[in-house]
Amino acid sequence: MGLVGMTAGALLLAGCAESGRDGGEGGDEGGGTFVFAGAAEPELLDPAFASDGETFRVARQMFEGLVGTEPGTPDPAPLLAESWENTEDGLSYTFQLREGVKFHDGTDFNADAVCANFDRWYNFPEGVQSDDFAYYYSKLFRGFAEGPKAGDGIFESCEANGESEVTINLTEPFAGFIAALSLPALSMQSPSALEEYQDDAAANVNTTEYSTAHPTGTGPFQFDSWDRGNRVTLTRFDDYWGEPAKVDTVAVVAIADPKARATAVQNDEVDGADLIGPADIAPLEEAGMQVMPRDPFTVLYLGLNQKQKPLDDIEVRKAIAHAIDKEAVASASLPEGTELATQFMPQSVVGWNPDVTQYEYDPEKARQMLKDAGADGATIEFNYPTDVSRPYMPSPADTFNVLRSQLKEVGLKIKPVADVWSPDYLDKITGSPDHGMHLLGWTGDYNDSDNFVGVFFGTQTDEFGFDNPELFKKLQAARGVPTLEEQTPLYEEINADVMEFLPGVPLAHPAPSLAFGPDVEGYQQSPVNDEVWNTVSVG
Amino acid sequence: MLRFALRRLALMVPVLVGLSILLFAWVRALPGDPARALLGQRATPEGIARVNEVYGFNEPIVQQYLKYVQALLGGDFGRSIKTGQPVLDSFVEKFPGTVELGVTALLLAVVIGVPMGYYAARHQGRFLDTFIVSGSLLGVVTPVFFLAILLKLVFANWLDLLPTSLRQDPRIDATHITNFYVLDGLLTREYDAAWDALVHLVLPSVALATIPLAIIVRITRAAVAEVLNEDYVRTAESKGLAGHVVSRRHVLRNALLPVVTTIGLQAGLLLSGAVLTETVFAWNGIGKFLFEAIGQRDYPVLQGYILFIAIIYALINLVVDMAYGVIDPRVRVS
Repeated sequence: MGLVGMTAGALLLAGCAESGRDGGEGGDEGGGTFVFAGAAEPELLDPAFASDGETFRVARQMFEGLVGTEPGTPDPAPLLAESWENTEDGLSYTFQLREGVKFHDGTDFNADAVCANFDRWYNFPEGVQSDDFAYYYSKLFRGFAEGPKAGDGIFESCEANGESEVTINLTEPFAGFIAALSLPALSMQSPSALEEYQDDAAANVNTTEYSTAHPTGTGPFQFDSWDRGNRVTLTRFDDYWGEPAKVDTVAVVAIADPKARATAVQNDEVDGADLIGPADIAPLEEAGMQVMPRDPFTVLYLGLNQKQKPLDDIEVRKAIAHAIDKEAVASASLPEGTELATQFMPQSVVGWNPDVTQYEYDPEKARQMLKDAGADGATIEFNYPTDVSRPYMPSPADTFNVLRSQLKEVGLKIKPVADVWSPDYLDKITGSPDHGMHLLGWTGDYNDSDNFVGVFFGTQTDEFGFDNPELFKKLQAARGVPTLEEQTPLYEEINADVMEFLPGVPLAHPAPSLAFGPDVEGYQQSPVNDEVWNTVSVG
Repeated sequence: MLRFALRRLALMVPVLVGLSILLFAWVRALPGDPARALLGQRATPEGIARVNEVYGFNEPIVQQYLKYVQALLGGDFGRSIKTGQPVLDSFVEKFPGTVELGVTALLLAVVIGVPMGYYAARHQGRFLDTFIVSGSLLGVVTPVFFLAILLKLVFANWLDLLPTSLRQDPRIDATHITNFYVLDGLLTREYDAAWDALVHLVLPSVALATIPLAIIVRITRAAVAEVLNEDYVRTAESKGLAGHVVSRRHVLRNALLPVVTTIGLQAGLLLSGAVLTETVFAWNGIGKFLFEAIGQRDYPVLQGYILFIAIIYALINLVVDMAYGVIDPRVRVS
C-alpha cells in the first residue's frame, strides 16, 4: 500500500512554542485552556438524543459508557464496566462495574444508575423515538416500551445485582451489543440530574434545561457553559476516577469553512481543529503545525445503479472496476494516510476478508470486456456532489475528475451530473432511481460489520437498484448471530459475495485529519472519533 | 413626520402578510425534503415518514399555513428543524453579530468613501481621480472570498497581527449581555474583551466594506460632479462665499441625496447578512445561518429569518426616507 499508514499513538512534539494569545495562566505542567474547532456547534448536550459528530465530540468529554474503545482502535474496551460476560445464547450480559466512580453532581455511579439509563431509553416517549432524536437507541435496540415500535425491541430488562454488578437481558441475540455500548448516545448519565433537569416528554427536548445547561456524566470534564454561537466551555472534573485532565478548561468552537479552520490553527486562534482539507495539510505542516491523520474507518465507493443500462450487466460492472486506478484516485484527490479499498469495509472491521476478488487496474482488459458486452462507447450518467466535504470524501469534484478521465480512457462516454449535497444529491441518490454511477461513502459509527455492508446492501435500495434476496437473507442472518466469533466467517463470505456481485467499486478508505498547534501534546486520535482530552496539554 | 412614519408602518402590514404567504409556499416549493436533509445518508423511508409526521409536513399546505399563522400570532415563530432552537431566539442571538459587522463595514465605507468621492470629483481627470475611480472598480469586481484569503495571508500569516475567525478569542472569558461583543466589553468594563472583539472585527469588516465603499465612492463622485456644474454653485462662488461654505452648504448637501439613498440600500444589504464574509471568517451572524438553513431546507428558519430581514429592510428604508426630509426641505413640504 504505497500510502502512509499512520500508526496510532499520542503525538509528542517537544518544546513549548509561543503560548496562546491570551489566557496564559498555563503553568509548566498542565493548566490553561485547550481550544478546539469543529465544523458546527453541538445540537444539544444530551447525547442520548444525538447522532451527529459535533454533539458527540463534546459529549465524549463529559460522558462515559459502560464500554469504551482500545486507544487508537475501534475495538471495544472496558470503561465504566471493568469486565463482562454473556450467556451462550447471547441473551444476557453481566457487567462488573468500576467502583468509586462519581457523576459530576456528586452522586454515585452504580448498578442502579445503569438500569436507570437503560430504562430511560426503553421508555422514551413517542415524541423522541423518531430518527432525529433517539436514532441510535432505536436503530440498535429496535423498539420501545410504547409507541409504533412497541414490542419490537430487543431490550428485555436490566437487573442490578448489588452495587457493582448489573445484568442486561435481551430478547434476541445481538453480537454488536458490546461494541454499540461505546457510542456516546448510550453513555451513562446521572439519574438524579436527569430527574431534576431533563424532560424526555418535553415538546422540544433540544431546549430543556438538561439539554442546554445541565449535562451530567462521569467524564474527566464537566459542563461549565454554552454561549450559543460562540463556544461550549468545560472544566476539569476533580473527582474523576481516571487520569485527571491536564488542562483546566476546554473551549469548543465552530468554524464551518475548512480553509478557515486551517488558518485558525496556523494563526494560534485555536489549538486544534478537525476535518482538515487535503489541500491544507502541506501548508500547515510547512508552517510547523502538527497534522494527524486518523486511522481510516471510512469507505468511499463508486456506486453502480443497476436500474440504469448498461450497469445492470455484471460484465460492464467488472470492466468498470478494471478501468479504475485507485492509486491515482487516492493520490490526486484524497488525503495522506488513505488506504486503498478492496471491499466495502475497512480492515479493522469484523469480517474483512483478505481473499475477496480483486479487480486489478487494466484498461486494456476493461476495453475488451466492454466491447464483448456490447457496451463500448456507451453513455453513462455519473453523479457527484458539490459544495461538500465529508470525512470519506473530502473533495468529490476532484475525485470525479480523475475517475472520469479513467473511464473515458476505456471508451465509456460520461455524462456528468453535479448536484448540491444536501438535500438535492442525497435525494437523487438515496431517494430516487434517477441516477447512474455515483460517489458516496460512509464513516463507521463503531466497530460493527452490519454498520457497513448491512447499511449498504441489507435491503433493496434506490441507490444500487438491485434485488438480491440471497444477499439480503445472508445479511439478515449474520446480524442475528450471538457472537463475533460466529459472525466473522459469515461476514467474510458476504464480503466475498459482494465483490463478485459488484454493486459498486470500493475505492479507498480516506483518513480524516486533525491539526494542532506546535505546543499541543498528548492528543490521542481514534478511528471512531473516541477522543477524550484529559491527556491533552497545551504549552 | 410622525404621521408619515406611522402611515408607512401601517402599509407594511399587508406587505408582510403577503410575504409570509409567498415565503411559506416558496420554501416548500424548493426541491428536496427537510426530513431527508435532517437524517442525511442514514435516512430510511420509515424514518423520513416519521419525521414528516412529527413536524406536520405531510399535512395539506393550507392547514400547515394556518397553524403557522396561529402560532405566529402568539409570537411563536417555530423552531429550527436542525437545532431545535426557537427561531426567534436564534435570530436575537445572531443578529447582533451581523449588525456589529455590517455597521462597522458601512462606517468604513462611508467615512472613507464619501471624502474620496468628493475629492475625486473636485479633481476630475487628475491622477488621484483616475486612481480612485479605477481602485473602486477593483473593489467592486474582487470576490469577497478571494479578498478574504488575501487579507488573512497578509495580516495573519505574514504580519501575525490580526485574528481570522470567530468574533472573540475563545480563551477570553467574556460576559455577553447584548451579544454586541464590543459593547458588552465596554458595559462590563472588560476592556480586554472589548478590544479583542474590535480586533476580530477588522478583517471581516474590511472585506465586507470593499463593495459598498466602491459604490459609495462612485455615486458620491458622480453626484458631486453634477452639482459642481450647477449655476447656484457658480453664483455662490462668484458672490465671494468662502470655499468651505460653498462646499458644505451648496455642494455636499445637494449631492448627498443620491448618496444617502445608496447608503440606505447598502445598509439593507449588509444587515440581511453577509453570507460569504460570515462564512469565511466563521462569523456567527444571520447570513451564515440562513445559508446553512437553505441546505437543510429548514423551513421555520427560512420563513422566520426572511420575514425578520424584510421588516428590518423596510425599517431602514423608512429611516432613509425620513433622512431625505432632514437633508432636503423640499421633501418635507411635499
